[in-house]
This record gives sequence, structure tokens and C-alpha cells, in this order.
Amino acid sequence: MYKMQLLVCGGTGCRASASATIVEKLNESLKAHGLTEDAQVVTTGCFGFCEKGPIVKVIPDNTFYTQVRPEDAEEIVAEHILKGRKVARLLYENPETQEHVSDSRHMGFYQKQMRIALRNCGVIDPENIDEYIAREGYSALAQVISDLTPEQAIDMVKQSGLRGRGGAGFPTGLKWEITSKFSSDQKYVVCNADEGDPGAFMDRSILEGDPNTIIEAMAICGYCIGASKGLVYIRAEYPLAIKRLQIAINQAREYGLLGDKILGTNFSFDMELRYGAGAFVCGEETALIASMEGKRGEPRFKPPFPAEDGYLHKPTNVNNVETFANVPVIFLKGPEWFSSIGTEKSKGTKVFALAGKINNVGLIEVPMGITLREIIYEIGGGIKNGKKFKAVQTGGPSGGCLTEKHLDTAIDFDSLVAAGSMMGSGGMIVMDEDDCMVSIAKFYLEFIVEESCGKCTPCRVGNKRMLEILEKICQGKGNMEDLDHLRNLAYVIKDTSLCGLGQTSPNPILSTLENFNDEYIAHVKDKRCYAKQCKALARYTIIPEVCTGCTVCARNCPVEAITGERRQPHFINQDICIHCGVCYTKCKFNAILVQ
Amino acid sequence: MTKIKSLDDLRQKKQQLEQNMEIREKSDHPESLVQIKVAMATCGIASGARTVMNALVEKIKKENIAAVVTQTGCMGYCYAEPTVEVKKPGQDPVVFSYVDVKKAEEIVDKYIRNNELLDGILPANYQTI
Amino acid sequence: METVKLTIDNKHVEVPKGTTILQAAHQAGINIPSLCYMNLPHLAQEHKPGSCRVCVVEIPGRKNLVPACATPCTDGLVVLSHSLRAINARRTVVELLLSDHPKDCLICPSSGNCELQKLSITMGIREINSVENAAMSTYRKDASPALMRNMDKCVMCRSCETVCNEIQTVGALSAVNRGFMAVVAPAFEQDLTDSPCTFCGQCVAVCPTGALTAVDNTFHVIRALADPNKFVVVQTAPAVRAALGEEFGYQPGTSVTGKMAAALRALGFDKVFDTDFAADLTIMEEGAELLDRISRHLNGDKNVRLPILTSCCPAWVNFFETNYPDMLDVPSTARSPQQMFGSIAKTYMAQKLGVKREDMVVVSVMPCLAKKFECQRDEFKVDGNPDVDYAITTRELAHLIKIGNIDFKSLKDEDFDRPMGESTGAGLIFGVTGGVIEAATRTAYELFTGKKLEKVDFHELRGMEGIRTATVNFDGTYIHIGIAHTLGNARKLLDGIRKGMYNFHAIEIMACPGGCIGGGGQPLHRGNSIVLKARMDAIYKEDFNKPIRKSHENPEIIQLYEEFLGKPLSEKSHHLLHTHYFSHPKQ
Repeated sequence: MYKMQLLVCGGTGCRASASATIVEKLNESLKAHGLTEDAQVVTTGCFGFCEKGPIVKVIPDNTFYTQVRPEDAEEIVAEHILKGRKVARLLYENPETQEHVSDSRHMGFYQKQMRIALRNCGVIDPENIDEYIAREGYSALAQVISDLTPEQAIDMVKQSGLRGRGGAGFPTGLKWEITSKFSSDQKYVVCNADEGDPGAFMDRSILEGDPNTIIEAMAICGYCIGASKGLVYIRAEYPLAIKRLQIAINQAREYGLLGDKILGTNFSFDMELRYGAGAFVCGEETALIASMEGKRGEPRFKPPFPAEDGYLHKPTNVNNVETFANVPVIFLKGPEWFSSIGTEKSKGTKVFALAGKINNVGLIEVPMGITLREIIYEIGGGIKNGKKFKAVQTGGPSGGCLTEKHLDTAIDFDSLVAAGSMMGSGGMIVMDEDDCMVSIAKFYLEFIVEESCGKCTPCRVGNKRMLEILEKICQGKGNMEDLDHLRNLAYVIKDTSLCGLGQTSPNPILSTLENFNDEYIAHVKDKRCYAKQCKALARYTIIPEVCTGCTVCARNCPVEAITGERRQPHFINQDICIHCGVCYTKCKFNAILVQ
Repeated sequence: MTKIKSLDDLRQKKQQLEQNMEIREKSDHPESLVQIKVAMATCGIASGARTVMNALVEKIKKENIAAVVTQTGCMGYCYAEPTVEVKKPGQDPVVFSYVDVKKAEEIVDKYIRNNELLDGILPANYQTI
Repeated sequence: METVKLTIDNKHVEVPKGTTILQAAHQAGINIPSLCYMNLPHLAQEHKPGSCRVCVVEIPGRKNLVPACATPCTDGLVVLSHSLRAINARRTVVELLLSDHPKDCLICPSSGNCELQKLSITMGIREINSVENAAMSTYRKDASPALMRNMDKCVMCRSCETVCNEIQTVGALSAVNRGFMAVVAPAFEQDLTDSPCTFCGQCVAVCPTGALTAVDNTFHVIRALADPNKFVVVQTAPAVRAALGEEFGYQPGTSVTGKMAAALRALGFDKVFDTDFAADLTIMEEGAELLDRISRHLNGDKNVRLPILTSCCPAWVNFFETNYPDMLDVPSTARSPQQMFGSIAKTYMAQKLGVKREDMVVVSVMPCLAKKFECQRDEFKVDGNPDVDYAITTRELAHLIKIGNIDFKSLKDEDFDRPMGESTGAGLIFGVTGGVIEAATRTAYELFTGKKLEKVDFHELRGMEGIRTATVNFDGTYIHIGIAHTLGNARKLLDGIRKGMYNFHAIEIMACPGGCIGGGGQPLHRGNSIVLKARMDAIYKEDFNKPIRKSHENPEIIQLYEEFLGKPLSEKSHHLLHTHYFSHPKQ
């Protein structure tokens, strides 16, 4: 039996920073020190603290090493494993107190987290089904198919209050119940692993860190709705998740946890992977189904819903990865336990991908009802470089930008919508005073224009037209009528688009128009971008007191906008200046002021 | 791999597999467990700390005690090695000196089980990270 | 029937369950505008992608507006079709469509026939609110011998895609690209010529704008007519006379044969002939081939290929050359009436008239786009000179008549020139589905049995059903006949034959719904089944009133064989009236 274990993060992020090599080196060092009997290296899923990856966690003393490089492996083994001395320089340093924190449980990043969907990520080896079984894996499935009727099981999911984690927050139990009521010779359980929000990667992390939980949950769902076939629609850009999920499926088949007559019952269930080409719109369930059928990935009008007319026109239940990851726990700990977490209408936890101008970038799981302030300042460690918080964008390109005044809102599905944003799949991008909100809205719209399938008019043409208006505004050519036109377009697109993508695409614009109207006005009326992000609006002037009259700026200005005598302060003619910024980069005396 | 054919099969399988995970499960909530630290610096190892640690691990497993055994660096009592620190939930840590296999078993039987103190307790005079 | 009650714009409506808001509104006298919606009841195809969002209506209490075309009515539903919110949204959506649409309506081939134009007029749109120099989605133009794609004008209604894939199963058109650049195109944005397109033209028939249009040959014809060195003859297909009148304000189903002949003569054609004559000739050749194959089959010849498939529809020929290259020996080798006409005109008739082949121009007026492709096939040329020089559509003929300043309605009926102007009822019914096989049956019966056919109307072969079957008693020998119209139905039959499911002796296939009367070159009917039915009735009525109704009794046909061809399937016939097929498997 091993006395110690070294858990090395094998998520995509840490692997990109050579975590696989770290595993090799750790094993080499253990061998060299004759410790292979005492300590074991385990590759796990993501720990979530991606800001400080690669992570190596030493068990049982819970030592959390951050930003480990392959050459640190020998020191960890020689010092910590052999001699029991922690390697202080690799420990997390509290940014406020500058103190080393050894135990991850004492780190601000983890203190407020509650891990249900991510319970096994960073704990078990995802390529070894035994570790999952040891952590009560497949017990929920066994319990459901041996002791419960589908109706009873669906009831438990309903009681738990679990809502879909993919975005809209539809009650999961209800969805299962609806699908279960349609009779058909064949039904399907589909796992939506077509994660596409910029910056969001919780689904990938779950699949990479705990693939068996998805298999177990899909089998439970199959039992509940009467489906014997499961399909995971996963984007081809997730090779590691695909690999681990396939390994898990193979291992589950070998154990007979997938296949005919599972655990001696009459329930049979098997599953397959379907690869997506990475179209954002394929996250919409009807588009996803069309794509799985080999058709163009575009949504269709609902009703009929997939519960009635889904994959190959058969009743189909589509749930997102994170939703499934919660399911086994509901059965293991009971729906009452699950529903005791969270707010009145949103139960359980939510995983967020924390990104942007924040100290602790990473993946976090928090109980519903936590405030944005707790997430940003306690878990996220506050704004980078001590800058001032400006906004937080939730829900990806379909969400909205929330401000200071929303920081103390207890977040759940409904409160976010009420505040003009949405939960979405859990992207959370923090912006500081240097961010221009018009540019941010433009950024999201660019994404939507790229990703629109082009089926319905408002999304195909309308979003393009909104983008053109924003581009015009950022160029300093906007007028007040443009803002009215923009607002009307945004409302009409929201009101008339065919699917969720178009219906939510104006959210970043509407929320910034609502919360940062003064910035739009500044762009349009004063022709100024105070965050200095819109290059065309930047005003370059020369500070006479600093200017030495070296003439470098004047000689480099491509439009001869700069005049001035040698050794005399120079001057920029604003009518000629094209805002290229060459003078600013060329000036050796910091005499150019950008406003 | 052999197939898991029933609910009981799955339970048995889980029990077999739990051992390897136990160490990770325990590290999640060490406050509720007895934490035993064996000083494993050069001085400790030279005095036989590794044997002591193995004995402790086996003993608590045999006795089914909710404890976690970890190693630690030199505690500064090089003269008294091997040394073992035991921290019971809600109590201050106690450091035992000159621990050998026999004494290790005594620590478990007497101190951990019955809260009886033994000879050779050292004053705790350090903080750990 | 279960019904639901709802209120639309304060009007109470009761409709069968499952009815959409759009249909219910129509029933209540409320015309909600729509664009992408297309209903083809005779083909059991309702195209309602709900994608243009022109028909959006407000349902108080719902978060978003809903498309009336795709939303089913429910009990107690309250619908507002002209609330401020609905009107503003609809108007904005149409403005968006127009903002990405070329504004060259004045010279657009679909001007006056354009649904987007009508929408803009109906909604009184006078300006388009979008930024200066707003981007337009533009695409490479694609001109095939028969139809042209100018996808700058595509509104993504996808009607063409539904017709091409669901009805015709040709699979040449589908949506490609994403977002603003999304458009309907052949795979890999190939040219239509390189795609599996059969040039059936049904996409053109349903395109609401000028995105898909027919190649226009009117000016070639005008030039030829003006050339004193050219002897220009014209032939008109059976289905043209049943639809041409619609372009001049006649009710659908008005046959304008006499006025059409008069108009053509007035335009300056040197001879005005009838393709119906060539249709009778086709029956002689194809009928002989059918009898030959059946007789050999009855005599135990194992090598004979049955059923015999008709070959007068050029889109169908393109379809089987592409999709069934293994079955090229099954269809009849008889050329289509258009090509038989051209071949005879430039030999027999040219001789008779003393006109040199290269001085004769043969123009055909066809209800069809694929005919434009067919007449350009190399096998129908002699030393590069085509048997048929220009194929124009019914719509192009209407334009020619208008360009010629002819007041069509006031024309007195005239007859065709002779010979090659006389035709029978059998030749005429080529224009409707089932007509070719009925004409063949009328002749084959008499030739096979040697008895006179008393009852020439074979009602069992008529109708609009997609696939029809009938058995005809040839005096004790039972002949099994299959009929399919639309290429999708043709595929079903062909696949069945491949699997050995059917036991037919003869099968007639027409690519277009209803046969040639529903061709892609006809006045745009947009799938209106009432129009198709009226045209069909007009053809059968004219057949009924014809003095001669069997092809082999056409005196000019008898004369042609006596003077020139000898007998059906003679060597000369083979040379001039038959063809062979090529394997063109395409992606």
C-alpha cells in the first residue's frame, strides 16, 4: 500500500505546460530514490486552479504545489517524499499576506467552493475506472436499476430541483419525464458536449477528469426515459476528452456496466461518440441533432421538441455534460441533500470558468446563491494589478455585462436573467477600467456573426448590421440615430430569431447600452474612448514641457501631422492625425500623451 | 477484467478498490482524523524512522483507526530520533521521542485509543506550514 | 375532427387541431405576409422552415414573437398579427432582407414576379435603415446551359433546397457557408453543370426572387428571325398551349393553341409547326420498341430488358445517366419529341422545302429548362450544327410576343403549317403525367392485337398521384404499367426495379410535378396545385375533341414513313430518331 500519492493534473491546460513530462520525471526520481513502493504518481483531471498550473498535489498531507516544472520533480521527491520537507518555493503564495499556503483547503480559491460536478476532478485517475468505482462510482446506477422504477428515479431528480446547466436552466427531471412519456421502439440519450462559449471549459474538464460520471448519469437517464442508446456529441477539438471518454466507455463495457443486461437486470444501455466540427450553434439541441444525423448543423423550429421528435425522429433527451455530472450525486446523497444547496429556484452548484482581468483564473464550482463579489474578490483573488473593477460578463456571447451594482446579487438562473444577463454555460469574464464596453460588445458580436448558422433573417443579416453600427461607432463616425437604430435592431433580433443563439445575441449590446450608456455617448458625441481601446478615437498630443524637440516623431509621422522647430516643443495637428500611434512608439521621452 | 454481474459484485469490487483511494479520501478532511507525522529527515531515517512509519501504517490499518500517517521533515529533536507527532482532533499535538516499532504500537494502543500518555513526550516548540 | 378555438386580431376562429396560425388567419380573412413558406399539397410537401421571420405575430404573454407559418394553433390562443411590436419586427426583418439584396429590380429577370418585391410594396417600405456602405453578401454567378444562379438575390428561403432534395431527390442544392455568407449552392460551390443537377428547373419554379432563373434565349431568336438568310421554323410543345394564356391574363386552364400559332406567325417564323406531330412520331418508334421487347419477352428471350422506360423527359434522362449508370440499357432509345422534330425538320423537311441545313434555324417552345440543355448535347448535332438551335420557355415566348407588339388577346385563331403540323390527341397528352404511356397504349394495343381500340380514354392512367400503376388487357395479354412524376418518385420506382420488386412492362417517368404542364419553363405557378389541375384538364379536353386520337392514324406520320423513313425501327429511324445514353455518375 502506498503511503503517499502525488496527484498530477492531466487536464488540457496543465498538459500544455508539460504535466505529462512532470509525471515521467516524478516516476524517474521515485525510482532513483527507491520509493516506488511508498509513493505513487497519479494523473488526475483538472484541479481548476489553472492560473497556477501545472499543479502537483501531495497526499495525504494535501500539499498543493503550483507552477511546477519538470525540473522540480527531483526536488519534490528528494525533499518532500523522502525527507518530508515541503518545497516552499513551489507553494501557493497568498497575494495579500505573501505567506505560503501549503494546504489547498486553506487557499482563498478553494475555500468558498463546493465541488459536486467536479467532485472527482483532480482526485481520481480518469483513465482508471477502478478509482471511480472506489469513490462510489456506478453505485447510483446500480441502486437505480435494481431498486427503483423509472418513475421513482425521475421523481428523485425532480425533487432535487436540478436544472439544466447548459444555459436555459430547464428542469432536468421534467425533461426526463416528458421524454419518458413518448413511446417508441427506440429512444436516445444525448450528452451535449459541444461546449462553445469563449473561455468556458467546464464540460471539457469534467470529461477529462471524470468521464465515468457522464457514462453513469447517461445510463441512469436511459433507464428513466426508456432508452438503450446514448450518444455523446463532442467537439473534435477536445482530443483528450475524447480519448478519456473512449477509454472509460471501453472499461465500463469490459466490466459490463455498459452493454446488455447491466448488473443482471433487464436494463441494457450502450453508448457512442459523435464528433462535432466546432460550430457554436450546434450547442442548440435541434442543431446538435441535425449535425449528428449528418445534416447541416442548424436549428429548427420547436415544437416539436426533441423529447418527441429528436435524433432520427425518435424521442431524444439532450442534457449538457455538467447537468449529467450532478446526477449520480443526487442518488448517492439524496435529493433532499441536493436541494438543500443553492437558492429557492436554483438548486445545487454551478461551475464557472473564471477569466479576464482577475488574479485567479480557473475553473470553480460554487453553490448557487453566492454573490459575484465573493466569486471575484474571494475566490478570484480580486482584479489584476490592483485595477478597478468595471464589469463582469456572464453567460458567454449570449450573456450580458453586469456592473458594480450587481456585485452583491445572489446569483442563480433567475437573478442573472433579471439583471439582464444569463447563466449560460458558466463563462465569467471580468473586466477592469481599461476595458472599453463598446469594444467588448463588438467583440462578442463578431463572435456571433462568425457563428450564426445563417438560417433566419434577423440573426443572419441583423447581427451583421449591428456589428457594422458598432464598428462605425468605434471609428468615431457614429451618430445618435445609430444608437436608436442599434437598440431597435437588438430588440427585434431578440424578439424574432429562430433559436437561442439569435434570441440572446443582442444581450451584450443591450446590457452595455443599459449599464454603460455614457460610454456609447462618449464614443458618439465626444468621439472619445476613455478606456483608450478604440484606436481611431485616441487623441495624441505632445506635452510641451517634456518634448525635447528631437524631431523623431515628426520625421516618422506618415501623414506629416506633426510640426515644430528643432529643439522646440512639437505640435500634432488633430485634423491631419490618423491615430496610427507611430509618434507614441517612437518618442524616447514619453512626451506623447494618449487620451 | 471480469464482468460485474450484480449489485453485490459492485459493492465487493468497491471495497477491494477503496484501499488505494483511502489515503486521498482522508486527506480531504484531516481535521476529523488522528494525524500522525513521522519525522523523516536524515537523522530520523538513520535512526529507523522508516521502519517505525511502516509499523504505524500497518497498525492503524489493522486496528481500523481513523488516522492518517504522513512524514515530515526534521523537527529539531535530532538527539531523540525517531520522533513521532500525534495530533488528535481538537487537541494539541504531542511529540513522542525514541520511537521504535514496539513504542509505535504502544502509542496507538495507549495514547490514540485511550488517551493515556507515555514516557518520552517532547515539548512542542515549532510551527509548521 | 378535434378543433381548437382561438382569436386572431379579435376575430374568433375555429380550426382543426394542428392548423398553423398562418392557415387559421387565412381562413379568417387575415393575410399575414410570408416569404419562406411554401405549400405543395399535391406533393404532400409543406416547406415551413420558419426562417425568414416575415410572418412573425405577437402572442401576448410569450417572451418572443412566433412565426405564424410554423406555430400550431392551441385552444384559447390570442394572436395579434398587427400589433405595433409585430409590425415593427416584420418591417425591420423585411428591411434587413432588402439591405442585403441588390436593388436592380428594374432589370431583374424576376421583376414583377418577385415575392420580395411584393412584400416591400405591401409593407410600404420607402427606406432601408442601415449604415452607409453596408456589406452585401455576394457570390460567384453560375450560368449553366439551362438555368442561372445569381445568389446575391437569395433570401435563404430554402424552397429550392426542399424541391431539389425532398421532391426531386437530386441533391444538387443545399445551404453552404455560415452566417452572413450562408447561401444555397451545389456542394463545394461547384457549378451546376458539374453538380448532379438535372436542369429540371423546379427550383426556378419555386424561387421567390431572381436568384434562380432560366437562361434567356429570346434575343437569339429575334436575331435569327431578322436574318434574311435564315429559314426559321418553330415547334411548340403540348403543355405550352395550356399555360401560355396565363401570361396574358387568361384563367389557368385556358387553351390558346390557335392564338399561339397566330402569334408565332406574326412574329415572323417561316413555318409554325407542332411538337405534337413529333410526339406522334415518338409513339411510333417507342411503341414499336415496346412491342418488340414484349414480344421477345413473351417468346422467352431472357436477354430482353423490361420494363421499358420512357425517354422523352430530358431531366429524367440526365437523372438516370447520373444516378443509374448501370441501367442505361433499360430506357427506350427513342429520342424526345423535341429532338425527333429537329432531326426530321433538318432532313426531310429541309429537303422538301429546298432549304440547306445550315440555313435552317429550328426554335422550340418548351415548358422546360432541361430542353435547353438537351438540344445542346453533342449527339444531337450534325457537324456541329444542332438539330434544334434554340429552346425557349413558355415564359420567353410570352416575352417575345410582347416584344413583338402583338395584342395576344385580339388574335384570331390560326392553324399550324403542314406537314409536321398535324397531330393527334395522343401527341397532345404528352404534356401531362401519364400521357405518354396512354398514347403508347392506344397505338400498341391496336398494333399488338390487330383489333380496333374502342375506348381510347384510359382513366386508370391519369391523375396527380405520384406513383400510379395499372394493368391493361391487350386481348388476353396483361400489360403492367407504372407511372411516376417527380424524380423522387422516379427514384422510388427505379430502386424497386433494381431490387426486383416490380413486374412492369412499361414505365413512364416525368421529372416535373404533373408532367410538362408543371415544367420549370411554364408561367410561374409556385406549386399551386389548382393551376396544375386546370392545365391538365385543358389538355385532356383538347384531346377529347381531337378528330384523331391515335398516333399511328396521323396521316402526316403515315406520309413521313412512306416518303422517308420506311417503317418504325428502320435503319433510317435508328439514325435519325434514336439515341444512346452516357454514364455520368456525379458526386
